[in-house]
Amino acid sequence: MITLTWNRVVASLAIITEFLIFIIIGLALLEVYLYLIFHRKPRQKVLGAIVYGLESVDAALVLALFYMLLLRAKTPPASLLMFSTIFFVVSLVVIFLLSIPRSTHVGLAYLLVAPAFIGVLFLILYPFGYEIYLAFTNAALRTMRNPSFGLQYGINNFKAVFTGTVAHKATFWQVLIRTILWTVINVFFHVTGGMILALLLNRPLKLRGIYRTLLIFPWAIPQTIAAMSLRNEFNYMYGFFNVMLKRVGMQPIPWLQNPHWAFAAVVISNIWLGIPFMMVIILGGLQSISREYYEAAEIDGANAWHQFWNVTMPLLRPVLTPAIILGTVWTFNNINVIYLITQGGPQERTDILVTSLYKAAFSFYRYGFSAAFALVIFIFLLTFALIYLRVSGGLKAVYE
Amino acid sequence: MYKTMHWFFHSKKGQDSPFKRILIHIILIFASIVAIYPVLRIFSISLRPGNRALSTSLAIIPPDATLENYRLVLFGDPTRHLKSDFFLWLWNSLSITMTTALIGVILSATAAYAFSRFRFPGRGPGMIFLLTTQMIPAAMLLLPIYMMLVRLHLINSYLGLIIAYSVTSVPFSIWILKGYYDTIPPDLEEAARIDGATYLGAFYRIVLPLSTPALAIVFLFNFMGSWSEYIVARVVLQKQDMYTWPLGLWTYAGQYTLAAGRFAAGSILVAVPVMALFLYSSKWLISGLTLGSVKG
Repeated sequence: MITLTWNRVVASLAIITEFLIFIIIGLALLEVYLYLIFHRKPRQKVLGAIVYGLESVDAALVLALFYMLLLRAKTPPASLLMFSTIFFVVSLVVIFLLSIPRSTHVGLAYLLVAPAFIGVLFLILYPFGYEIYLAFTNAALRTMRNPSFGLQYGINNFKAVFTGTVAHKATFWQVLIRTILWTVINVFFHVTGGMILALLLNRPLKLRGIYRTLLIFPWAIPQTIAAMSLRNEFNYMYGFFNVMLKRVGMQPIPWLQNPHWAFAAVVISNIWLGIPFMMVIILGGLQSISREYYEAAEIDGANAWHQFWNVTMPLLRPVLTPAIILGTVWTFNNINVIYLITQGGPQERTDILVTSLYKAAFSFYRYGFSAAFALVIFIFLLTFALIYLRVSGGLKAVYE
Repeated sequence: MYKTMHWFFHSKKGQDSPFKRILIHIILIFASIVAIYPVLRIFSISLRPGNRALSTSLAIIPPDATLENYRLVLFGDPTRHLKSDFFLWLWNSLSITMTTALIGVILSATAAYAFSRFRFPGRGPGMIFLLTTQMIPAAMLLLPIYMMLVRLHLINSYLGLIIAYSVTSVPFSIWILKGYYDTIPPDLEEAARIDGATYLGAFYRIVLPLSTPALAIVFLFNFMGSWSEYIVARVVLQKQDMYTWPLGLWTYAGQYTLAAGRFAAGSILVAVPVMALFLYSSKWLISGLTLGSVKG
């Protein structure tokens, strides 16, 4: 018996279509409004009052609707929505009639950025602001409806992050050290493993394509599936690792019961998952290095080892630097592997910062605390990124 | 004898010695086995009959191989009151993922162009901001977004998850597309504008068609990113009939012995098309990614 029915398909298609149409109409109106602001000016000075007045009223209307939606958490009633849309459209027409084109250099840029900006505002800036607000409240499961806001709550929350326990037993500092260990070990092995395989694949070799395809497998398999199945492979009785150990006559290892072995298990899994990405990025970089450099080095009498450190590594830097930053951030933030394999257990001894955060919020429902915790993690990552960018001079490349 | 030894151990110009080549092949074969063996294990578990899904055998194709697990996952079994939610999960995942990817492309295509071609007040901070968003752990904004969704009554809905996924997909898409637009010489558009095209016309007629591969990459990346997402989905979707496939498969993986075979079969059914797509498109995926990250 299959539970997916035809009605269900139609219903969900309807929801999605409605949603997309809603977004497109909203964005189109916004674009017209911005066009009128940037690309047109009032026909005569006297009309300016009407034009600018209408523009301000429109802006106020939209802001009021957003205020209702986001801060008061009420969906505006259909009649109000209808009325404001009609008013908005009519006012746009009036503004258009009362204005003439004017030339602008940056107007188009803002028109182009606007849809994404609205999206980012709604998706990132608002939640971020809300998170800061939450960090200064006593929000928890019981007080979720109307948490109280106050500086004292904020101080308590941040204090709790550094002095109390972050999930149940573990403290912030223990988890932080484990996170750094987790990140450094993983990134080191990702880069080393990826480098070795890439160097081998970059040589003239038969079956290169096949090897490359096979070696990408851990990246290609959905991470969720990989983590869920690897969890079974660490099973004491039936998991691959212990079956293998027993076959060669060794004692089976309590992978998921002993904290140290559990940490080893998640690290092994994540190393396996992460090598292909580095391998592929490095391979791409290696292939862009011209053979002439090596020929010149050979003439100068450099052996393979010297060639690697003096030719390959410097020329790989522009590829390797962003890949390592990206890899570090990804590893630092990787919830999936740990959560699906050990769930941070046993006794929270394999938790890293993000899994603790996830648990604090969604298993222990300490909302105010979690918000403060999240901000601390964010500041930590941001500092790391800024220092790294400053050191590697990457910030200039962003401005360009 | 000496001659053979010499031939075996010494490299000719531009080619490794046979000994070295054999060594490289051995290392690569070993690495390949490590890379694909876990995947083969899932396949082998999926073929085992239900009562011995867990076993200490290491054979890839079990002697009593059967497709029973696949039948159960796909069609259920009325005699055992097993319903098949598999297609429902896939459909939920597909609806959410496609919409997320589509929104990512729509919102980012124009914004990335502005960031690539125009110098406007706010551009620098905007780029830094986009880079910063890449640092944000998914778990970090999850709490405020979850609270927002609760207040807007979007928990247990497609829209809720689409919104949550767009948080990461939109900035990422802008970043990648901007990197790609930067590689298209602006001379082309200038020439078109001299011929009378507007800025928008030049973007629409010249840049967008040239960027089809990048748009496809962004779509694919966003698709892949949210397709197998578990952590956020677990929070936003709490009703069984809204489950995406990672949540669904976890209900199998969560219970022990009985469902391990079905979990493996479901995994194979989901993973094989995705992996095929990934391996097929890996070349473009990679060039798109390196372009995006290196060019900045």
